[in-house]
Amino acid sequence: MARKTLHHPATGAAGQAIPHDSAILHVTGRATYTDDILEPAGCLHAYILKSPHAHARIKGMDVSACYIPGVHAVMTWRDVPGANDVAPVFDGDPVFAEREVLYAGQSVLAVAAESIEIAYQAAQRAVIHYEELPAILDVHTAIQKKSFVGDTYVMRTGDSKAALKKSPRSLSGTLDIGGQDHFYLEGQVALVTPLENNEIHCWSSTQHPSEVQHLIGKVLDIPEHAVTVEVRRMGGAFGGKESQASLIACVAALLARKTNRPVKLRLDRDDDMILTGKRHDFHAAYTVGFDDDGMIRSLDITHAVNCGMSADLSNAIADRAMFHSDNGYYLSDATITSYRCLTHKVSNTAFRGFGGPQGMLVIEYIMDEVARVLGHDPVDVRLANLYDPMGRTEKRCITHYGMKVEDNILGDMIPDLQKSSSYKKRVAEIARFNAKNKILKRGIALTPVKFGISFTLTMLNQGGALVHIYKDGSVQVNHGGTEMGQGLHTKIIQVVATEFGIDHTSVKITATSTGKVPNTSATAASTGADINGKAAQDAVRIIRERLVDFAITEFGVKRTSIRFADNHVHIGTQKMPFVDFVHLAYVNRISLSSNGFYKTPDIHWDRATASGRPFYYFSYGTAVSEVVVDTLTGEYRILRADILHDVGRSLNPAIDIGQIEGGFVQGTGWLTSEELFWNEKGVLRTHSPSTYKIPTARDAPADFRVRLHNGENREDTIYRSKAVGEPPLMLAISVFLAIRDAISAVGNGVVPHLNAPATPESVLKSINDVRARSS
Amino acid sequence: MSDTIKFMLNDELREVSGLSPVMTVLQYLRMHENLTGTKEGCAEGDCGACTVMVGDVVDGVMSYRAINACIVFLPTLDGRQVVTVEHLESASGKLHPVQQAMVDCNGSQCGFCTPGFVMSLATLRQNNPKADREAVQDAIAGNLCRCTGYRPILEAADKALRTKKPAVSGDVKKLAALKRKAMFSYEGQGGKFFAPVNITELADILAKYPKATLLAGGTDIGLWVTKMHMPLPVIIYTANVRELQKIKKTNAALEIGAAVTYAAAFDHLAAYDESLHELLRRLGSNQIRSSGTLGGNIANGSPIGDGMPPLIALGAKIVLRSKTGTRQINLEDYFIAYKKQNRKAGEFVEKIIVPTLPKSTLFKTYKISKRFDQDISAVCGAFAITMRNGKIEGARIVYGGMAGTPMRAVHMESYLNGKTWTESTVQGAMAILTQDFAPMSDMRASAEYRTQVAQNLLYRFFIETTDTEQQQRVYSYGA
Repeated sequence: MARKTLHHPATGAAGQAIPHDSAILHVTGRATYTDDILEPAGCLHAYILKSPHAHARIKGMDVSACYIPGVHAVMTWRDVPGANDVAPVFDGDPVFAEREVLYAGQSVLAVAAESIEIAYQAAQRAVIHYEELPAILDVHTAIQKKSFVGDTYVMRTGDSKAALKKSPRSLSGTLDIGGQDHFYLEGQVALVTPLENNEIHCWSSTQHPSEVQHLIGKVLDIPEHAVTVEVRRMGGAFGGKESQASLIACVAALLARKTNRPVKLRLDRDDDMILTGKRHDFHAAYTVGFDDDGMIRSLDITHAVNCGMSADLSNAIADRAMFHSDNGYYLSDATITSYRCLTHKVSNTAFRGFGGPQGMLVIEYIMDEVARVLGHDPVDVRLANLYDPMGRTEKRCITHYGMKVEDNILGDMIPDLQKSSSYKKRVAEIARFNAKNKILKRGIALTPVKFGISFTLTMLNQGGALVHIYKDGSVQVNHGGTEMGQGLHTKIIQVVATEFGIDHTSVKITATSTGKVPNTSATAASTGADINGKAAQDAVRIIRERLVDFAITEFGVKRTSIRFADNHVHIGTQKMPFVDFVHLAYVNRISLSSNGFYKTPDIHWDRATASGRPFYYFSYGTAVSEVVVDTLTGEYRILRADILHDVGRSLNPAIDIGQIEGGFVQGTGWLTSEELFWNEKGVLRTHSPSTYKIPTARDAPADFRVRLHNGENREDTIYRSKAVGEPPLMLAISVFLAIRDAISAVGNGVVPHLNAPATPESVLKSINDVRARSS
Repeated sequence: MSDTIKFMLNDELREVSGLSPVMTVLQYLRMHENLTGTKEGCAEGDCGACTVMVGDVVDGVMSYRAINACIVFLPTLDGRQVVTVEHLESASGKLHPVQQAMVDCNGSQCGFCTPGFVMSLATLRQNNPKADREAVQDAIAGNLCRCTGYRPILEAADKALRTKKPAVSGDVKKLAALKRKAMFSYEGQGGKFFAPVNITELADILAKYPKATLLAGGTDIGLWVTKMHMPLPVIIYTANVRELQKIKKTNAALEIGAAVTYAAAFDHLAAYDESLHELLRRLGSNQIRSSGTLGGNIANGSPIGDGMPPLIALGAKIVLRSKTGTRQINLEDYFIAYKKQNRKAGEFVEKIIVPTLPKSTLFKTYKISKRFDQDISAVCGAFAITMRNGKIEGARIVYGGMAGTPMRAVHMESYLNGKTWTESTVQGAMAILTQDFAPMSDMRASAEYRTQVAQNLLYRFFIETTDTEQQQRVYSYGA
């Protein structure tokens, strides 16, 4: 940047709706993703051979035929110098299967060759003798066989059994909830270069560079200081690159070390979908006691969580499903039980919401059912059961895990949205429409979201940053978070620009690197801006303090008369361009660089007693969706969606609205068209976009109205903002329940059973069932 | 002696030799030109991240279409221009209006799908600057975005469409000079690729290589390479054959050359009925319809191609040609069994003849899939009944997705013939469907769902032809 004097208010401060920092790079095709990096000379391409069986013993393996011209290395578990495991927490995710394969698609061996096609052809030549073993493919069998990845866990408040007996009414039911593939547009990829002295450099499309670093060290048996992992951006991740990127990077690193050449491993779409984990599918069973007003008196929920073949992050995910079994509602007497089932399927993993969506869907399904049984408007039942806002009635604000809900704003947000969406008027219109129309039926639903923000493993709630000012006044920032499209870098740039009072264009964020900010947590749990924003602010404030100290000495002014604004440093009555001031500081040998650190305060969680304050705060939202269903085919359209969402004081309204809309549509996909289908042998049959159907432009609501709630975080987060990554996904529950509402119109008041995803087939099945029970 | 592949890459001439004829355009752009703005998202033409523009000289002007570079083979570019996202900015660095609108409307988040959207929308703007929201949705139905929820992209499209040119341009003269007068013969890394320019050349080269793979739009065959890793030693490309690109309309029939793309045939076919218009706009995506041909869809004999049921219901015939002559057969007789067709060695599909719909014939077609756009049907149904003196005659009821081939429901048809078109007749016919079909269960739908929906589609046909008061389909709801 040229040294120039800028005489205008600084642009792009926190709160402004500036575009994504890479927007121009995106639209011109110049944004570089890992696969776009110019390959180093001699770069080899790797291919992973997958298990064809869900469960089998490997009786023999002969890879000698794989060495066709162009092949440089073939690796099996025997060739791994360190530990043959890339699990994030508990062991059990082998790089290469050893004596048994545990899912169809598991990595068995890898080949590095001069082209991907040679590597593919070579891998097909391996001779592997499998002896098929009985496979556990569903949670019911797993529970029967006591096949679990972790201990069965219970959260309990009051006495749900005793309360059920005292409840005037009760009902029971089950709900099957399908999984979801992340379908990030950029598949898993890593590019590894072996360096001198056993060191490794890795470009990885990962949400968790520190873990990739750790695991490369582990499989190669080298210390973490010998491994540098970088990521500039990902083409989407959604949780799918939190633990799942490790295998890809580690295989590339193993082959790079073995061949002493750079190695790229990029999974094609099919391999990506077959080989890597997904959102957990759940089977839920519930019994609820309630009164004639729809007040919940007792609740008993059991989750059977399909974790797949290993623990991965499943225990924390299943926990979060339990944490969100209340959504926004006070439960006086509740028992939530969670079975973490080990099955012979791909190990399910983090996905936006991290168990929260499944937990929340169950309670919303129950709320809907209670209202239908009583003939009440479901919104009234929801409002009646909400946590009281703190200060009104102390009693109804403690969650089933003992945390006090201090800022419940749903009691204001729901009526606000009801009004702005003309909810009541439309309910009446829909009733008239349905009375008149034989084939098409419309439905509407309003659902809230209350989502806990923080990693529930407390130690992960820490962030780091590194800020440099260069002599020309330009600022370079690094922090522990990764950019996957969510606009995190843009928000951090805004934080740094705000703190220095300079234009956002003076601040640049470069690739996230384990060499710049160490020991980071995954960019996950919606915490990216919260923890890294505060860390970046900390770093800036350390530098700013040095600059203030310098100004006091240099200009003999008081501390209080120095301020950073308008691209200037204001010193008493005079002001100096920021760039001139920092240059002066440099000349006077003032350090213009600092790291920064943040840890989320006040949180604690005791898993043994299932109590504590696992979340720093809650993010809230609410949505009204209206649909039309074709009762001949089960097809449907979303006619309109209205959303009111709480992001505290927004760091960037454009980015936040993008997260809300995108999360909503992604959640809609999960609950409607995105169906994962395994055949009877446990082989995934939906492994590409021709068979796995994420929403297209026409599937977004025809009329889509999103508003930000006007408020601020009561906790001291970065500029009182709130996390936004995950919560909006769960607003899509309103679409699912609107479909259920439309289905109910074909019957005479019976309550429809509807499993997720509500594919046209699932909807037609529900319609058939309602008709049968109505006649 | 191999020709070189000559084409315009953006505004530069390329002459390529030595590369495999099954290298995709995407692989070429990324690996050989380092034009990495074009992305691979699926390598099967279903996500649109690889969308590029292809330009041809048509009647002396440049004509552009958006295609999926991931399933199109490099030699098919011979004589054409390919425009990539890197070329949209003006020389002075000014963003193309679509690019600018995408920035202004926050149309990108992770950015990986963005170049594909930009190319689809830039092509739309080039060809149809007055496109409405429906047309925009059609144009990007083949582009998947996982981040934005699409609202800002739709808004960006509206904004960009409202702006004036500049648009993409090509050098007509330079490109016209590349047009071949005789067959293009290419060989690279052991693979042969022939692109005849007239029907005689095609018949001759096919007689010489009767086992060759006939390639039209490549929207299916591309996947044989990218997904199945099948070797294709000899490819004969039909898209440059003049005679196969013709559309002829007479009072009696519509004749469509086998190499006519779905996009080119669209308006002619859509004129048969609005339900066929709806089906066609949902068949594949804009990129697929811009490459994929009716002839290719017939020739490969897919049991789930959406083009077949309506064409069979309309009584279409096809003409097969070889070096020794031609023969005409009913379209339904071409499909013998799953992946088995009535085509002899040396034969190719020359054209499809679709009779004009008589006024006395009621015709509708419906597509049922998990997702509305760019999805393969669970069931596709097409219905044509001709009324004479209040009675049904010549019922033609055809389903896709219900058997190993697109197939007529002969029991239902004979049940209907001679009866009045009433609800009880329809109910009777619906009950008979199970005599015609025992569909399979797979990831798209169960046998039970397919059966019930196939029955209900006949019912839909009945109410849509007898009760025009009520709107019956959700697809066009509110549009």
